[in-house]
Amino acid sequence: MSIIDQLAHIEQDALSTLPTISSVEALAEWKSSYLGKQGAIAKLSRELGTLPADQRPAAGQRFNAVRGTLESALSERETVINSAAQNDAFTREAVDVTLPGRPTVVGRLHPSTRVLRMIDGIFAEMGFQVWESPEVETDTLNFELLNIPADHPARDMWDTFYIDTPAGAEKVLLRTHTSPGQIHAMRAHAPNPVRVILPGKCYRYEQVTTRHEMMFHQVEGIAVGQNITFSDLKGTLIGFAERLYGSGTKTRFRPSYFPFTEPSVELDVECFLCKGDGCRVCKHTGWLEISGAGMVHPDVLRNGGYDPAIHSGFAFGMGPERITMLRHGIDDIRWFFSGDERFLEQFV
Amino acid sequence: MRIPLSWLRDYVDVTLPADELAERLTRSGLEVDAVEKLGVADSELPWDPTLVLVCNILEVTQHPNADRLVLAEVEYGPGLVHTVVTGAPNLYQYKGLGRLNHPLKSVFAKEGAVLYDGHVEGKVKVKLKGKPVRGVMSDAMLCSEKELGISEEHEGIMILPDDAPTGTPLVDYLGDVVIDIDVLPNMARTLSMVGMAREIAALTGQTVRLPDPQVTPSGADINSIAKVTIEATALCPRFTATMVKNVTIKPSPFWMQRRLTMAGMRPINNIVDISNYVMLELGTPNHTFDADCVANNHIVVRTAKTGEQLTTLDGRTHQLNDGHLLVCDTAQALSVAGVMGGESSEVSERTRNVLVEAAVWEPTIIRRMSTAFKLRSEASKRFERGVDPEMLDLSQRRLTQLLSDYADGHVVTGMIDVRSQPKREVVIALSTHEVKRILGLTFTRDQVAELLAPLGFVCTPHDVDTLHVAVPSYRGDVSHTADLCEEVARMYGYDNLPSTIMADELPVQRTNLTREREHFTRDILTGAGLNEAITYSLTSREAAAKLDPAELEADHYLRLANPLSPEREFMRRSILPTLLESANVNIRERGVTRLFEIGRVYHPRPDAILPNEPLRAAVVLAGPRVPASWQSSTPESMDFFDVKGAIECLVERLRIADVTYAPSTVPYLQPGRAADVMVRHGKELVTIGHFGELHPDARERFGLPAVRIGVAELDLHTMLELASVPRYQSISRYPATTQDLAMIAPVSVSAEQIEKSIRKYSGNALSNVEIFDVYTGAQVGEGMRSIAYRITLRASDRTLSDDEVSKIRAKIIRGVEFDTGAKIRS
Ligand SMILES: [Zn+2]
Repeated sequence: MSIIDQLAHIEQDALSTLPTISSVEALAEWKSSYLGKQGAIAKLSRELGTLPADQRPAAGQRFNAVRGTLESALSERETVINSAAQNDAFTREAVDVTLPGRPTVVGRLHPSTRVLRMIDGIFAEMGFQVWESPEVETDTLNFELLNIPADHPARDMWDTFYIDTPAGAEKVLLRTHTSPGQIHAMRAHAPNPVRVILPGKCYRYEQVTTRHEMMFHQVEGIAVGQNITFSDLKGTLIGFAERLYGSGTKTRFRPSYFPFTEPSVELDVECFLCKGDGCRVCKHTGWLEISGAGMVHPDVLRNGGYDPAIHSGFAFGMGPERITMLRHGIDDIRWFFSGDERFLEQFV
Repeated sequence: MRIPLSWLRDYVDVTLPADELAERLTRSGLEVDAVEKLGVADSELPWDPTLVLVCNILEVTQHPNADRLVLAEVEYGPGLVHTVVTGAPNLYQYKGLGRLNHPLKSVFAKEGAVLYDGHVEGKVKVKLKGKPVRGVMSDAMLCSEKELGISEEHEGIMILPDDAPTGTPLVDYLGDVVIDIDVLPNMARTLSMVGMAREIAALTGQTVRLPDPQVTPSGADINSIAKVTIEATALCPRFTATMVKNVTIKPSPFWMQRRLTMAGMRPINNIVDISNYVMLELGTPNHTFDADCVANNHIVVRTAKTGEQLTTLDGRTHQLNDGHLLVCDTAQALSVAGVMGGESSEVSERTRNVLVEAAVWEPTIIRRMSTAFKLRSEASKRFERGVDPEMLDLSQRRLTQLLSDYADGHVVTGMIDVRSQPKREVVIALSTHEVKRILGLTFTRDQVAELLAPLGFVCTPHDVDTLHVAVPSYRGDVSHTADLCEEVARMYGYDNLPSTIMADELPVQRTNLTREREHFTRDILTGAGLNEAITYSLTSREAAAKLDPAELEADHYLRLANPLSPEREFMRRSILPTLLESANVNIRERGVTRLFEIGRVYHPRPDAILPNEPLRAAVVLAGPRVPASWQSSTPESMDFFDVKGAIECLVERLRIADVTYAPSTVPYLQPGRAADVMVRHGKELVTIGHFGELHPDARERFGLPAVRIGVAELDLHTMLELASVPRYQSISRYPATTQDLAMIAPVSVSAEQIEKSIRKYSGNALSNVEIFDVYTGAQVGEGMRSIAYRITLRASDRTLSDDEVSKIRAKIIRGVEFDTGAKIRS
């Protein structure tokens, strides 16, 4: 058998065994037995010298061609085997994607904090800055300077916790609203304009029920200047309601009474649960009360250091817990201060 | 204030359906709490006008087959007679009397009528169907009040007055709508039917009809029989008195009882009912004395003498002093002015002559007395809000007319009228400029006048844009231009006023850095996996004593004078007690808690009436560090180092420099697992809080389970003051090299001491030091500990050579040994 015939035999042999190979190891063995330095082709090529000189170039070319054919067959087979091996690995490593993921531990903000931040943010855009004042106050700041003298029937609107103080000393109490902050803020700014919101805890001497807490948050706002009107109050509160409940939210302004404002107003927004048709939450009125407000009473302006003949302003107040309850459908205010994580973890 | 529309219609035409009227009132500042409908078409139980009728009971006979039933022969229209089977006990007495001389009036319901079932609890509707009852066909009935939805009364059938019109649909006779209004403190004027009628007339363009009672007095003028002296002139602006003789005490007429009931008052007898009726009708509380018990027919209004006593109608005896105002005769106190009558001059069955008082009082004295004596009444409610002094004349006429008509009395000629203060005349100058300045909308002078006039304000043009507005006597709440602006806005409609964006100068904007950082702190702690709680600021010393028993006797608390309960009597000095109470619930419910709270605590100051309210942050951690899962069913429990990790995170992210930790001896922490947090504040080293694991004794006092409870409480106010803005550190482009050093030292040498020393000797090349292993045990010997540090070295301008690194390493080893005695572990 000639060298060329032997070469053809090797090529055929190699190509016929290649498809039966399925492991990386067997493929390496196949490579060394045909294409290696001690492989069949290399061994045979050493006999090229026995050929007549004129036949050598053609035989040489033939050797190169066979090598090329086997190498490209090898690389094809390699690809097939590798991808099969990878697929096997994928199968071995596959997981049940419906098993739960590894728990991450994240904490949540108190829902009242969330809503307070929203309120802060909305009013900050309208130029209201946060002003904080004490929770323990004098009767003078909490009532007298806000036009609520002792023995005035309006005092019934605020059931008050008093601090045990010696007889004859000035009465000290837990603020029933953040309104004393109005006086503090006005006095700090007068006669310059003031525009602040006053968030914080307030207290009422009230039996705790699903709807009433003895401790709660309030956000009060006040704007005083030389050119502030009831229409500005309306615009500000409508702006707030639209930011909180979506643009186009229907509002209703009702006359009301607060001793420290005149005219006084109650702001209702259309009940977003029943769209005004009436439901249990809105007590079948179609409206939800969200803020009490009004033009700052001339006496209160004077107590804050402004001249009511020149200055005017408005004030408003709202309860973050009530807004939170409506927002999330919470039916019992007592959860707010329970510290119960089954409650706290329900919010973002 | 309950307003039965049937009563209101006496004074004003109600032109709107009840629900629309309610909406209109609400939008005008008279907040309607409820609209109650009785018997009318859209009520809960409409009385069918063809089936539920006023009837006559002509005769009552025994049921032939049942002892407890009777047969009533009923006439419900001309020639319409029906026999009804009933068990009503209030008919038994008429059995066998034959044709009644005086037929009874009642309510007849025909087959098909829908009524409430009288025999079951609550309101269950049933349709009346004919069926034989013990052999007698029963297809109609006589109704109890419960069956009609009028009251809970089901003891017998409802008996109507003799003048009830037989055959009339009951809905026309008794059907009504009551509007219940939550009257705000400045709306005293609407605490009467007439007052409400005025308001409704103004809102709906109607006119008010005041009652015009006619009396026929006789005999000598009262001024010649009786006398009134006001000594306390500042407290009693006006006092009037009339007299009615030979009265008969009996029940008041059915219509009056009905109106009082619908308005929420209980009928008593004709004298009391007439007094209440006029109070509700005209808004003027009044009082009737037994005239024969008034010594010398001389009334004296004066303050009490200290030590004086008075027994009021409710049988209580009050000790009086000069802060109390009395109506007296020349011998003794007769009543607490405007609040409650006295027993001695009470109108009783024996009363023949009545002295009628109608007066006004200074509102604050009424409120002080009604609060002090705990006597809040319909009368005191009106007096403390202000009663119209000019309504007294009409009130007296009305009172005497009703006493004449319904108590058969003879009205004595004349009225005693003592005014101690002149009639209040208030005129306010109101300019269109002022209206615009407050409301933001331009009105003409005449528009303003047109808006105010229907409310009774008399407006006189003063100049081209100013009105002089005379305030009616019943508007005691109006004294400023601001009050008039509110009335203008109210009549114009709040919703019709424009909405504008403030055009006023924007005040200087300043950042509230503390508040921003407080919020940042919340974000840091939630980022560290903690849930934010807000607990009560009010607590008890017992709760605080669970943390530290010494608190039980402590007097450094702010204490409430009127706590709701002993559990909420003191203002907290620390957040931990209330936070631990919450943590306890969480541990019991879920086996884990990770809470923080940021809030104020309250520290009284000896030199000031108001306390300090420092801001604190508290943390409680207990239970598994991560939730158990299918990958790790028994995660490790949190301990000291979890709390410390949260604090370090806070310190690092707030960029507070020079924070150090040292063993603590605070009593509520377990010794050896307790630390103080200290920081350099100016030149001083101050403690800004403590953390560690709760002492087992404290844990037991809180009733917490026996697990490690990590707690911390920090002075957040100081921490936020010391917080700083991070400074950028340049990042080296050259490679780092790490060196591991295990140092052996006695346990008493702290990790911090060794680390400090390492830092000291590492020079500029030090980039990081971390501890990767801590070992105590046989290999290092008793009382010794090995701490392994991984030190990262890196130069900013070159790659460190091996030679440089080994020099630094040697220097560190020598230095640490010199400073702390720690030796390199071989
Ligand atoms: Zn609704």
